[in-house]
Amino acid sequence: MSPEHETRTGKDKLVYMANQIGRFFETMPPAEAAEGVAKHINDFWEPRMRRQFFEIVDAGGAGLSPLVAEAADKVRRPAQQTA
Amino acid sequence: MGLITEIDYGTPHSTAENDVTLTIDGFSVTVPEGTSIMRAAMETGIKIPKLCATDMVDAFGSCRLCLVEIEGRNGTPSSCTTPVAPGIVVKTQTGRLKDIRRGVMELYISDHPLDCLTCAANGDCELQDMAGVVGLRDVRYGYDGDNHVHARHAGDGAENFRWMKKDESNPYFTYDPSKCIVCSRCVRACEEVQGTFALTIEGRGFESRVSAGMHQPFIESECVSCGACVQACPTATLREKSVIEIGQPEHSVVTTCAYCGVGCSFKAEMRGDELVRMMPYKDGKANRGHSCVKGRFAWGYATHKDRILNPMVRDKITDPWREVSWEEAFAHVAGEFRRIQYQYGKGAIGGITSSRCTNEETFLVQKLIRQGFGNNNVDTCARVCHSPTGYGLKTTFGTSAGTQDFDSVEHTDVALIIGANPTDGHPVFASRLKKRLREGARLIVIDPRRIDLVRQPHVEAAHHLPLRPGTNVAVLTALSHVIVTEGLFDEAFIRERCDWSEFEDYAAFAAEPQHSPEEVEKVSGVAADTIRAAARLYATGGNAAIYYGLGVTEHSQGSTTVMAIANLAMLTGNIGRPGVGVNPLRGQNNVQGACDMGSFPHELPGYRHMSDDATRDVFEAVWNVTLDPEPGLRIPNMLDAAVEGSFRGLYIQGEDILQSDPDTKHVAAGLAAMECVVVHDLFLNETANYAHVFLPGSTFLEKDGTFTNAERRINRVRKVMAPKNGLADWEVTQRLAQAMGLDWAYTHPAQVMDEIALTTPSFAGVNYDLLDREGSVQWPCNDKAPTGTPVMHIDGFVRGKGKFIRTEYVATDEKSGPRFPLLLTTGRILSQYNVGAQTRRTENVVWHSEDRLEIHPHDAEQRGLCDGDWVRIRSRAGETTLRAQITDRVAPGVVYTTFHHPDTQANVVTTEFSDWATNCPEYKVTAVQVSPSNGPSDWQVEYEEQARLARRIARPLEAAE
Repeated sequence: MSPEHETRTGKDKLVYMANQIGRFFETMPPAEAAEGVAKHINDFWEPRMRRQFFEIVDAGGAGLSPLVAEAADKVRRPAQQTA
Repeated sequence: MGLITEIDYGTPHSTAENDVTLTIDGFSVTVPEGTSIMRAAMETGIKIPKLCATDMVDAFGSCRLCLVEIEGRNGTPSSCTTPVAPGIVVKTQTGRLKDIRRGVMELYISDHPLDCLTCAANGDCELQDMAGVVGLRDVRYGYDGDNHVHARHAGDGAENFRWMKKDESNPYFTYDPSKCIVCSRCVRACEEVQGTFALTIEGRGFESRVSAGMHQPFIESECVSCGACVQACPTATLREKSVIEIGQPEHSVVTTCAYCGVGCSFKAEMRGDELVRMMPYKDGKANRGHSCVKGRFAWGYATHKDRILNPMVRDKITDPWREVSWEEAFAHVAGEFRRIQYQYGKGAIGGITSSRCTNEETFLVQKLIRQGFGNNNVDTCARVCHSPTGYGLKTTFGTSAGTQDFDSVEHTDVALIIGANPTDGHPVFASRLKKRLREGARLIVIDPRRIDLVRQPHVEAAHHLPLRPGTNVAVLTALSHVIVTEGLFDEAFIRERCDWSEFEDYAAFAAEPQHSPEEVEKVSGVAADTIRAAARLYATGGNAAIYYGLGVTEHSQGSTTVMAIANLAMLTGNIGRPGVGVNPLRGQNNVQGACDMGSFPHELPGYRHMSDDATRDVFEAVWNVTLDPEPGLRIPNMLDAAVEGSFRGLYIQGEDILQSDPDTKHVAAGLAAMECVVVHDLFLNETANYAHVFLPGSTFLEKDGTFTNAERRINRVRKVMAPKNGLADWEVTQRLAQAMGLDWAYTHPAQVMDEIALTTPSFAGVNYDLLDREGSVQWPCNDKAPTGTPVMHIDGFVRGKGKFIRTEYVATDEKSGPRFPLLLTTGRILSQYNVGAQTRRTENVVWHSEDRLEIHPHDAEQRGLCDGDWVRIRSRAGETTLRAQITDRVAPGVVYTTFHHPDTQANVVTTEFSDWATNCPEYKVTAVQVSPSNGPSDWQVEYEEQARLARRIARPLEAAE
């Protein structure tokens, strides 16, 4: 029997990825840290991913690290639907 | 068009700065000090007869043909071993010299077969040439005496114990000892050019013979089949089987190898449109006349019977394929993509550019996506290899590329190799590195596995740091810790080139006690003393250069590791001159180019972010379209979006994501969720099992374009035969674009390069005329650097000041534990390339017919495993089976495998973890359990059956009348 597939998907994976980014910037000076996380997400996350990110944030940000939660204000909200 | 014949100067060129003037046959000649008389003569156009000399190897002075007379000196010295001296007067042709040369040739020919007409070297034999050159008219000794030529003696028919039969064991060349003149060129090529030391001369005097290994067949010896010996052989003794079968080539075209990121230049030697052999090009600036087994010999895939030559379409992936016309295929794809966009939104489709295709083809695919699809959903396989290099070097230095050319290694005193296995992955660079190491440069290897470079003939690493997989950042930061705390940093360099306050911040960070070698030993398993010694050597050993590979990038902290590497180079001032630098060894032939050409979803060609208005303006003006300033989806994000339902169509040029990307089941689920997957490739690869449209691709032999190698070198690829599928890959993309309503009208890839130059400042000076003139150029190539830039960051960093960045070690969440106690890491092998689509379709399979799992004897014994046993390897993502190879090259607790064979499915086991910055998958660390197995896993059985069904091609039935 093959083992059950135990990899992260969907919002779990997105939270994980956001926190990973957070972990890198945690060692930066506090002023730059949240800025760094937000800029990274703005630069590399496609609007669909940012939309999901805000769904998580708007629902209370469960699972997000404090730095990522702090950075959320600075992340650009994507247009409602890019078509 | 003729055969390109490079001049053989007989001995290597001298790099001395002082010139010497002498007289040869009455002509005054000026050459650098240290040049041989032979070479000086050749430079004035006088060819001194020679057999044992060739300019790829040092002079040897054994054949005694190249003798000369020098006024005022006794005797007849050999011109290959005698250096020039000021004012000497040399004669190359006198009565005495003529007699000696004729006598020497007479002896050679008395022990050589006279089958010239049927010999494979006929028309390309230096022995034959020299017989003619010296005027040999008679062999007074006859041919019946003691010899190595005939199996039986002429008189009594008795067996000739000196005769040895032809060794045909190597798939690509033969060794016929009866034709050998024992000039040692092959032996010296193996030593000096390749650095393998597989060949030797056994015996003495008349008994001297060339021997592979310990008098073994070539295939059983240490020979790596690079072919340098075949290239060096002046007779038919070592000869390509393709030449034996076909005959001598009649014209040749200089082009670029389509395997690894070294980007070797070759002459494709042709007879009509049949490729006879690939011969490394001496003027090739990456390889300088050398090659490996893949580039020289493994091109048989280009005409392999598995190649698909007609477009094919099917409605469902469970249907058999239906062959269609190109028109129908393009119309189908255009229709489907437009339907999907209408139904699910503009962002529901995307594409993947190929690191195996040309810059021009890659540029066109991303243009099709940005201009035609109207989104930025474009990515490339660099996502899964060197995307962290892009992010890390851009952040620290300001641009995403290696800082040096390969020639730079000739000035290196300390080479630091991290997470790379150059002798297997980048063999021609490895040969150049080994040459420098034999000259006395020292070597540090940071790798969990004892790679070949750690210890092999005439090479031994000063330090090997066998770290636990996943602890790169900890070890590199510990190196910085030693450099900072022991005051070994280059303050003058840092003050001039970097931001001093950022350095102070970084130095304070690195000096923290948790980064000390003693602390890092606990997580990495590397002895603190070794870390300290390596740091001291790197910082103080002279010119220090870092070369790294995917063992750096393919981790959850891949980007952080790249920054840690950049920090080390800046700390020690090892940047901005020959011999130093930070050098990513790129995996595929054009992965650098694919990245340069805007294949990433967040940036346009030249590494400029989509959100940059000025850059978008440039492209919008040329392409007459409004570009989306938002980043698009990366490959893993595309697959996630596909599973979630918002991404439905994908055009994949020349990449096999199902085999090469991690967590195969997730990739398969993503592909299966799409409605139109278009695979554009040479073969029905694994991804094509999930495709709805197959567009046949063309090989590098069938098209014009450019590849950019790991040293940023833009090399020309030249068409030597018509595309067997009818269209070069750039034409396929153009026809697809036209079917989608775009008004493209390129008639040659040169026009695409002109568009690249027009829009991309670092390529502004590049055009095909320049490349034809210069051979190749390294970008940036523009007004400031009209013939390119061999070494970057010479007077300052591209970003201005070099940026030090804190690199905190964060342990990966992929941890070994009770269920999965071992760490799996992956790599490649010399004879195979990437997913093996090309090399598995060549004779290279004789060296590596299956992937094996390397496991330490201790771990094997605990599990009751013997060498060669079938084992099951299982992670939380999946399981597969393969055979075990027991070796202490891996440490206890670590297992290793290659990923060249689809039936192994190593990526079923790898997980969804990825680099924090770029989503580059963490291939190099997977927690696994290994246990004995009876055979293939359920997944392998199911997969094979699915693949078999997915590859069926319906043949139209003849209508019965």
